[in-house]
Formats: sequence, structure tokens, C-alpha cells
Amino acid sequence: MLVDYIPVGIMIVFGVAFGLFMMKASEWFGPKNPNEIKQSIYESGMEPIRSARERMSIKYYMVAMLFIIFDIEVVFMYPWAVNFRQLGMFGLIEMFIFVAILMAGFVYVWKKGALKWD
Amino acid sequence: MEIIITIIKIIVVLGVMLGCVAYIVLLERRLSAGIQNRIGPNRVGWQGLLQPIADVMKLVFKEDIVPTKANRFIHDLAPIISIGVAMTTFAVIPFGDRINLFGYDIKLQIADVNIGILYILALTSLGVYGLTLSGWSSNSKYPLLGGIRSSAQMISYELSMGLSIIGVIMIAGSLELDTIVEAQAGWRWNIILQPIGFITFVVAAFAETNRLPFDLPEAEPELVAGYHTEYSGMKFALFYLSEYANMFVASAIITTLFLGGWQVPFVHSLGLPDFWVSVIQVFGFLFKIILIVAFFIIIRWTIPRFRYDQLMNLGWKFMLPIAILNLLITGLIILLI
Repeated sequence: MLVDYIPVGIMIVFGVAFGLFMMKASEWFGPKNPNEIKQSIYESGMEPIRSARERMSIKYYMVAMLFIIFDIEVVFMYPWAVNFRQLGMFGLIEMFIFVAILMAGFVYVWKKGALKWD
Repeated sequence: MEIIITIIKIIVVLGVMLGCVAYIVLLERRLSAGIQNRIGPNRVGWQGLLQPIADVMKLVFKEDIVPTKANRFIHDLAPIISIGVAMTTFAVIPFGDRINLFGYDIKLQIADVNIGILYILALTSLGVYGLTLSGWSSNSKYPLLGGIRSSAQMISYELSMGLSIIGVIMIAGSLELDTIVEAQAGWRWNIILQPIGFITFVVAAFAETNRLPFDLPEAEPELVAGYHTEYSGMKFALFYLSEYANMFVASAIITTLFLGGWQVPFVHSLGLPDFWVSVIQVFGFLFKIILIVAFFIIIRWTIPRFRYDQLMNLGWKFMLPIAILNLLITGLIILLI
């Protein structure tokens, strides 16, 4: 089983090596004359105001949390889908119940306004 | 021997992929020029065919600027993650049937993994890291906004992406991409059996690759260049390359799951030797990919950008219920027929 993944490992090595080589390429070949203004961060030509390490809107964190909850539900459906033909009608009814519970949570999240963006 | 064949396969696949990606960039520039009634790059070589090489040469000899405030290590790491993930995703995609070369029976797939679909989903999730870390490590406001937007957008659409594939798995009864392609022999393509799944998957693929109706992470008018504002030289080129490589891989996945993969209809009735049948199938696969890439490009230059709340509403309030509905309907139809 694990032998199947050796090519994946080689592929990852190739991909990362390509990335490293390309990244180093402009360090090797490019000119180097840094100065303070060139290395300051871009802010439409203005003097940078404050830092970028500030607090973000809570909505992004909310989306990340909801993603984890729903993504785990989706992962549960994969084994079910593979064995669907063996499970037959029983499996389908079970999935209807599962989706009903999932949708109850989804509707709750929706009504609570967690998906609202304005 | 196995290992050597594998390494040769990897080199050939990566070479073809990078070549295709370089010319997809040119295709995009020429097609967009055509759509906007311009000429586009046509000076370097015949019809601009050497333009990608000229671009790479130019970018190699540019200065590599790293802002002093940036987190140097992560700033360097992010483009490597982006390109590494974009290139490794192709490992499990079957690009042809078996072929007999110099006495060796070679399977035209790099890694024959039995959970191919999960591998693809896992790696596309890793792609988020490249964008988010590049945005965060630059310590600048535009990249930060781009990075945060991209992470929220990509994880939102990953749900409907994962859900829309489940119909395909139910039809094939396997997570192996090989079996899925074989289940689509003849004209039993999943685009016909799973039209709703196809549409949701394509929309999610647009969002995952940050292509135009959903390119909020790099929306030029608001965020300058989004997450890669502070990158220059080859590091910038790596992000650019990985964006197009992602598009190429996404097209390959769409082809494999919904458009019959390497299957070319009627090719067996022509009576050609096995070797040429395999060659035609590989080129058929490439042809389908290029067609979908052209579709991606035409969409980019004809449809305006979504607003961020519209994007999130579409993902959560429309695509997710539709994908779940599609899954239940598919189950009912499979059982009743």
C-alpha cells in the first residue's frame, strides 16, 4: 500500500526543488542594490501608516470554524458514497436522516446571521 | 527499474505541464487581446510563440526585493508551497491507458493511489497556505487583505467542491481515478449523468483557482496585486506560474471526473494498433484540458468580478444546498433505475 506513494514523494521532491531553484535564480542572476525606500512596503506611494499586524474582522474566523464543521460532515459522506450500491435503500434513508440533522445545523447558522456579510 | 520509469514519467509530465502552462499564459494574452480588439504579443518569434521564454529571461534578471519588515523565511517559503502543491497534484491523474514502449508495459499515471480523489482534495486545501502565508509574511496591508480573503474564499468553496464530487463517486463506486475514468467508457461521461454536479464543480474550481468571477484575492482595482504585491523577480513568476498550473490541473481534474478522462469515443473502432490508440488517447486528454482552459480564459474576459458578500452568499447559501440536493437525487435515481 505505502509503496504506491513513493512516486508521490518523488514528485513532491521535484516540485519543491523546482520552486527552490526558481526562487534562488533571481537572487543569483538579478542585480542587488537595495535601498531603504525600495525595501519599504507598498502603500500606494504613501508613507506606511501603522503596521499590518492588526485585528481582522471576526467573520473570517467564523467562516473558518464553519468550514471545519461542515468539511468533517463531507468527509463522512465519502465512505458512504463508495459503498452506496451495497447499502441500497437502507443507506439512502440513513443519508437522508444524516443530511436532515446537518441541514438543521446549517439553517440555525444561517438564521443566527453567521453567514451574513455586510 | 520501476523507480527509473517513474522518474522518467515524472520528468516528462512536469516538462509537458510547464510547457503547456507557459503557452497557456500566451494563449490568455492573445485571446484577451482578441476579445478586447487588440493585437497582443506577436513580435517575439512567429505569432509571439517565443514570448514565454522572453518573459522568463526578463524575470530571472530582475532584482529580488524583500521588504525589510517582512518575515524573510515565510516570505521565501510561500511561493515554494504554491508551486510545489500545484505541480504535485497532477501525480494521481491518469493521462492515458497502458502503453507499450521499448518492451515495457507502462501505466500512464504517475502514482496509482487508491484514494485519488481524497489526495486531490487534500492537496488543493494545502494550496491555501501558499497564498495566506505570502499575504501575512509581507507585513503589508494589501497582501494581508488578499491573503485573508483568499483563505476564506477557498475554504468556503472547498465544501461545495467536495460535495459535488460525491455523485461521481456513487456512480463509479470507487475513489480511484482510474476506475472513475473506466466507468465513463464510450459516451457514459459524467457530464451527462451529473450535470448539476458538473456545474457546481466548475464554479468551485473557478473559486479555488482564483479566476476572474471570483478573483477577490488579487482584485487589481482594490488590492493592487493582492497577496503577491510585495514579490518581485522569479518569486513573483512562481506565483504567476502556480496560478496557471492550478488552472491546468483543475482542468485536468474536471476532464478526469466529468469529461471521460483519456477516453476518446470511437477510437477503438478505427482498427489502429494498440500503441497508436494510447497515443491518441493521451492527446485527446490534452486537447480536452486545453479546451477547458480556453473556457476559463474566455470567462475571465467576459464576466465582471463578484463583490465579496455576493461571493460568500453564492458559496454558502446557494452552492452548498444545491450540491447536497444533487447528492440525494443521484442516490434516488441510482436506486430506482
